[in-house]
Amino acid sequence: MRIALFATCLGDTMFPKAVSATALLLTRLGHDVVFPERQTCCGQMHVNTGYQPDALPLVENYVDAFDDTSIDAVVAPSGSCVGSVRHQHEIVASRYGSASLCGRVDTVKAKTYELSEFLVDVLGVTDVGAYFPHRVTYHPTCHSLRMLRVGEKPLQLLRAVREIDLVELPEADSCCGFGGTFAIKNAETSTAMLADKLSNVAATGAEYCSAGDSSCLMHIGGGLTRLRTGTRTIHLAEILASVEPAVAPKGVPA
Amino acid sequence: MTALGMPVVPPRGSGNLRGLEKFPDAARQELANPQLRRNIGKATHTIRAKRLNVTGELPDWEQLRDAGAAVKTDVLNRLPELLVQLEEAVTARGGVVHWAADAAEANAIVTDLIRKTGSDEVIKVKSMATQEIGLNEHLEEQGIAAYETDLAELIVQLGHDKPSHILVPAIHRNRAEIREIFLREMPDVDPDLDDNPRHLAAAARKFLRHKFMTVPVAVSGANFGIAETGTLAVVESEGNGRMCLTLPQTLITVMGIEKLLPTFRDLEVFLQLLPRSSTGERMNPYTSMWTGVTPGDGPQEFHLVLLDNGRTAALADEIGREALHCIRCSACLNVCPVYERTGGHAYGSTYPGPIGAVLSPQLAGMDEPHDPNASLPFASSLCGACYDACPVKIDIPSLLVELRHQKVEHARFGPEAAAMKAASLAMSSSRRWTAAQKAAGLGRVLAGKKGRITNLPGPLAGWTDARDMPAPPKQTFRQWWASDEGRAALAKAREEGQQR
Repeated sequence: MRIALFATCLGDTMFPKAVSATALLLTRLGHDVVFPERQTCCGQMHVNTGYQPDALPLVENYVDAFDDTSIDAVVAPSGSCVGSVRHQHEIVASRYGSASLCGRVDTVKAKTYELSEFLVDVLGVTDVGAYFPHRVTYHPTCHSLRMLRVGEKPLQLLRAVREIDLVELPEADSCCGFGGTFAIKNAETSTAMLADKLSNVAATGAEYCSAGDSSCLMHIGGGLTRLRTGTRTIHLAEILASVEPAVAPKGVPA
Repeated sequence: MTALGMPVVPPRGSGNLRGLEKFPDAARQELANPQLRRNIGKATHTIRAKRLNVTGELPDWEQLRDAGAAVKTDVLNRLPELLVQLEEAVTARGGVVHWAADAAEANAIVTDLIRKTGSDEVIKVKSMATQEIGLNEHLEEQGIAAYETDLAELIVQLGHDKPSHILVPAIHRNRAEIREIFLREMPDVDPDLDDNPRHLAAAARKFLRHKFMTVPVAVSGANFGIAETGTLAVVESEGNGRMCLTLPQTLITVMGIEKLLPTFRDLEVFLQLLPRSSTGERMNPYTSMWTGVTPGDGPQEFHLVLLDNGRTAALADEIGREALHCIRCSACLNVCPVYERTGGHAYGSTYPGPIGAVLSPQLAGMDEPHDPNASLPFASSLCGACYDACPVKIDIPSLLVELRHQKVEHARFGPEAAAMKAASLAMSSSRRWTAAQKAAGLGRVLAGKKGRITNLPGPLAGWTDARDMPAPPKQTFRQWWASDEGRAALAKAREEGQQR
């Protein structure tokens, strides 16, 4: 398959290791991975903060970057950004864009996937040949869980990783409190949510807290490092891309 | 006004639909209340588990939710004709129907009806609609004493407090506080009353029994009103509602106009959806229904006050009207991670939690500068737990996003809008975006040797008050992709792929 990576603005700028892990993983699985350089951001921050007209150029740019028949699928290491492409782009396009944009949005969104659903549903793999000899807990991010309904797919992938010690996160499906600009506008409520997430992570005794969204990991990781908990955050893609005998990826230090 | 005398823009609702402070400010105080955090955390977790048990056991739960949503969509599409049908049916059975455009009109109608009975006391069934219009406060000003008969509502009323949950209004109180409230406020209370819950309930029971037997007028809300038959329905757990609905001479029911169901048969769907979503029970203990008046049995005078109070304004919003499907079960409150930490008071309105964050601005508006209601659509991390829990499938996260859009449309251009515009411009071309990424890389200076940013300026300080921000990496992904290192890594992965 010819797969276009959607790095996401946050992944490209702040968490490039999650994106390069995605690229290496899909390449290792035998696919032709490309990176359309025109891409920037899905526009979710604008839509979720109420700035839909300002999201229009970003929706257009996303479609321009990936509306290419030579691309079989667009894959992003983010449930949240894929959720925006799948559920919000059509709202912005139908309200502010042309009819032709609406059609192109439909075409591109139909082939846009979050990493775990792409691996399990489209490629039909759960064992990607990864090796990760560490204690890991997994936080299912809200948008992957409730917008995309990825369900158990990330856990199926993690369970197939050799030597991993996967421990269940208590209250796993509770939001970590990130919520984009929510973490700024309602910083104190967000912090109260994060506090409970951090104690649940701590209760697992995990070395790594993993998730499919760098944004939520940035939030959880920001709390873990502030409190010097000794637990690192790591994107699901980085675990799935690590192979024996390569040195384990570092994650974000605590 | 149009030629027909109808207002072009439907009026907004008034009453208890707006707090005094914006959500983040109100939440700050609530977050610091350990009693509230503990009580609400415990109660919401308990109800969550119960709800999941009783919804999970029904093989057709999803179809029931679809049916509930479909009935409510139909009701909103045909609201005017169904309301007229309800009025005709109630009138035919000996009831009297009154129409109230807003809180003030509804309060005036109810006051007038009570005065005509000659009583200066009323007993009340727990009701969101009368909370919404501030009926108790209004009656008090008019010299009429209203007694709440639901135990938790009584605690709230005697404590001169406000409910913090739709279903469990005194969720924020502990038994020591309740004892103290009873000792201070309840007439003829045993001065040796302790804080044993059974004893507290018995004290309330004794006080209320006397009211049930002596007060000749009751005021209720309604969970459902059936257009086909004119039947009203109240579901409850304690039996106090049944007392109020059957013992007094006069019954006055205040019902929001969206509470309609077309036919009696529709109750089949909603009497399954509501208790399972609300208390996590298969069936609520008491379901009372009445149709007009029956000579020699129950209240001999029945008045139905149909309340608009902003509902028509909400109905005019093609996207937002979905919120009028709400059956006030409170499932969305119980699963909400924000509500779980802040409780209901932070929302300022009768309707707290996720649905309140939608309904309050819709009913009462949010367009005034610095309107506290304008902060409510932002009081959510958009985690989506509410949508999954809603028995009538209200897509609350999408409605919150829509209201954020409406708010910004009406707001004056400010620093946030400027920042969003700038971000939009930077991100709409990869050339400008890579330049912006270079600037973001300067964040490494802020991080210094520790590799973490611990002190961001301006509004971003909210983040670093409690969390670090990682330093931007030396290389963006696109730089890695174009680098020799990136190309070599990909070539190696390709080789490994061929060996697999």
